[in-house]
Amino acid sequence: MNLDLRLDTSGDFYAQKFQPTKRDDTLILNMGPQHPSTHGVLRILLEIDGEYIVRADPVLGYIHRMHEKMAEIMTYPQYLPNPSRTDYLHALAWGWAHVGAVERLMDIEVPERAEYIRVITCELNRISSHLLWWGAYLLDLGAFTPIMYAFDDRERIQDILQRITGSRLTYCYYRFGGVSHDIDQRFIEETKTQCARMKDRAKMFKDLVTDNFILRKRVEEIGEIPLDTCRKYGATGPVLRGSGLAYDTRRAEPYSVYDRFDYKIPTHDTCDAMGRYLVRMDEIQESIQIIEQALDSLPEGNFIHPKAPKRPKPPAGDVYFAVEGGRGKIGMHLVSDGGNKPYRLKLRAPGFSNLSLFSEIAQGTLIADAVSILGSLDLVIPEIDR
Amino acid sequence: MIVQKFRDTLMGLWSLLVGLKVTAVNFASPEVTVHYPRQVVPSLEGYRGHIELVPSSDNPQKSRCIACNTCVRTCPGACISLTASKPKKKEAESKDSAGSESGEKPKAKKEKPELESFVLDFNYCCLCGLCVQNCPTDALGFSNDVYLAGTGRQDFVFDLLARLQSQSAKTEQ
Amino acid sequence: MMDAIPTPVIVISVGLAATLAFIGLNALVLVYLERKVAGFIQRRPGPYEVGPQGILQPVADALKLVGKQLFTPRGADGILYWLAPMISIAPTLVCFLVIPFGPHLQIINSNVGLILILAFTGVNVLALCIAGWSSQNKFALLGAARDISQSVAYEIPLLLSVLPIIFITGSFNLFDIASRQGAWPWQWYVTYQPVAFVIFFICALAETNRNPFDLPEAESELTAGFHTEYSGMGFGMFFLAEYAYMVIASCVTAILFLGGFQGPVASGWWWFLAKVYILLLIIIWIRWTYPRVRFDQLLNICWKWLIPLAVLNLLVTLLVIAL
Repeated sequence: MNLDLRLDTSGDFYAQKFQPTKRDDTLILNMGPQHPSTHGVLRILLEIDGEYIVRADPVLGYIHRMHEKMAEIMTYPQYLPNPSRTDYLHALAWGWAHVGAVERLMDIEVPERAEYIRVITCELNRISSHLLWWGAYLLDLGAFTPIMYAFDDRERIQDILQRITGSRLTYCYYRFGGVSHDIDQRFIEETKTQCARMKDRAKMFKDLVTDNFILRKRVEEIGEIPLDTCRKYGATGPVLRGSGLAYDTRRAEPYSVYDRFDYKIPTHDTCDAMGRYLVRMDEIQESIQIIEQALDSLPEGNFIHPKAPKRPKPPAGDVYFAVEGGRGKIGMHLVSDGGNKPYRLKLRAPGFSNLSLFSEIAQGTLIADAVSILGSLDLVIPEIDR
Repeated sequence: MIVQKFRDTLMGLWSLLVGLKVTAVNFASPEVTVHYPRQVVPSLEGYRGHIELVPSSDNPQKSRCIACNTCVRTCPGACISLTASKPKKKEAESKDSAGSESGEKPKAKKEKPELESFVLDFNYCCLCGLCVQNCPTDALGFSNDVYLAGTGRQDFVFDLLARLQSQSAKTEQ
Repeated sequence: MMDAIPTPVIVISVGLAATLAFIGLNALVLVYLERKVAGFIQRRPGPYEVGPQGILQPVADALKLVGKQLFTPRGADGILYWLAPMISIAPTLVCFLVIPFGPHLQIINSNVGLILILAFTGVNVLALCIAGWSSQNKFALLGAARDISQSVAYEIPLLLSVLPIIFITGSFNLFDIASRQGAWPWQWYVTYQPVAFVIFFICALAETNRNPFDLPEAESELTAGFHTEYSGMGFGMFFLAEYAYMVIASCVTAILFLGGFQGPVASGWWWFLAKVYILLLIIIWIRWTYPRVRFDQLLNICWKWLIPLAVLNLLVTLLVIAL
């Protein structure tokens, strides 16, 4: 038995590739796959000099579940539950991307009522995703109570969505040509109550957290991401909007009935973590606006196209469909060869592009700041690894 | 400049006290959690438990299933396995002799496959609902059986036909 | 036979036993209080199952900690590793000997009681340093390094904020300081020295590593800081020590600023305990409200705000006394 191997402390493949450094007074630290504040299994190799980070290198792949391969071996309806599991926080947006790609390729018309229902449920899901981000971000920074308040609100949204979709987290609600169940009057009333409640809670969140002196010192002027860095890495979503560019897929590549609603694109040009924080808090309010407008103007009609294909066989060709998820632009590039399974389904995860700029941004920051930056990027590692 | 800094610091300290007030208000407010198992959640409406067979309207002991295997083929996780007796030969025979008597045709229509077993392996089920939605006879539905606990994988392999029969026996009582 | 043993020895032995009991009891009560208060702030019940309303939860925690396997990490310095928790908790016993719980409830009436307490609470730094170093773990090392800087930096405003009280009373004797204050709240030193009270409280939070200054044990940044590698009774002793230091800090605050055992109606140990527990509740309340302060901001607060304010306060006090 090779006892030397047991005592070998030089690390694994990634650590050894990372090791050679020019300086010998730095410490190589592994914010390892098991860590309370990397949301999911993300491993970051750090070279630190005292408290300052000299080099940072994220290592991915610990939760690679081969979603794209699964798409190639499953038929289109069989794959419906899968995109929700990719990013379980904004599950409906990923589902929409998949269903929308097939609909665009096959020219399936979605009834108006179904489009409105999709908008309402997707925005509700966006609110719950941002609430969880908020709670988890503050947990990383050391405040233990806001996550509980956020989950209180989240549970109510999940109760609303549970009645019509059947699930609380990984919704499999959208179908090709519409949605699977219709919404009823009780859903509309509960959603309206919840929207009114969220506006009150926003004031409490602001008092407890956003205005808090200690939090502002932790979040302001941290993680400055200039706009050209965002462009270089293809960052989208609140990361990009927190750096000043008002790019939102709902306006840039319009889909569904979003052009009928009056909503702003929250943008802050401070480029720091506080900008991204405020963008997401404002986005919650904007989502509430969209939901209320959609509920007021909800048309009657079918909730699914009567001739919707149950076993779609798209014609040969390819299509790209993008939606605005909680983290950024979710894209699905579907290549079909005419069969009942996709030839290739490429998933574009916004988190992957957002994480890529971390190694450039983290240089010269403190470890505590690195934690704050990671939190402000709103990463969900399963979506990055797919 | 210095005045601005002092003002910022004072505003900051005031925000700390405001935060303490919020927590104090929440301290005095009632709890929002549900004391399971002393209490249960107010509504499980719509929440998907594992699937179960729906009894047919004329015979509660039998299900509506016609063993078309749509659910078996649609399931992404290949959770469902069913066996049924094969009546197709009987149908062919009655078609051959359809010309002789007119009374035999209705008999051929009544010959449905007899469901012998319907097993759901819940370990792989993702509760997508494709089986429920695509069943041509609406023979499947979601149950309210959500408080599941077991000590091994075998505990989650459900014999749905036996479940249907025991449920209908209970309702008869 | 009883004449052979000198009276002070008996007094101190009984006192130590009583102190151990007090620390243990306090730890149980504080653990329960902390989790219950945290639960209510977060709109949930907190411990509920073990015993009625969860009262026996700390006992269950203690049993769990005692029952765990005691192992030393590979490569860790065995002696230092197990010495650290003991160094952490030993000084607390000594500190309780000089605290006046009531007019006749003080084990040792020492003329240098305050200096004794301040000196022994400073030993905690050594314990954490040894713990972080001997764990053979980079996270623990970082946590220990942070903690040393934090504790050493916050000693200075701590002492500076205590000095005005000493100048006013003219002695280090805790009993004297407590008895010199009147029975009514406006006669306590907090009305004469509000700035010193606030500074002392903040420094006490920083010295005992409580939120918002709990970087050395920052759960989400460094896994668990200096006590990453400790489990079972080693962790239990650090835990116990932290609560004991919290109690000591609250006791000293109550004596120096809030009149000790004096109270409006009937002075006695009940007032003392009431004040100590109110201060502890405030510490717990603060913990569950604020996020963590970043390390360099923490040192900034100390050097740029607390020390100048404390020095200013001291100068003003001296000026007023001289006039």
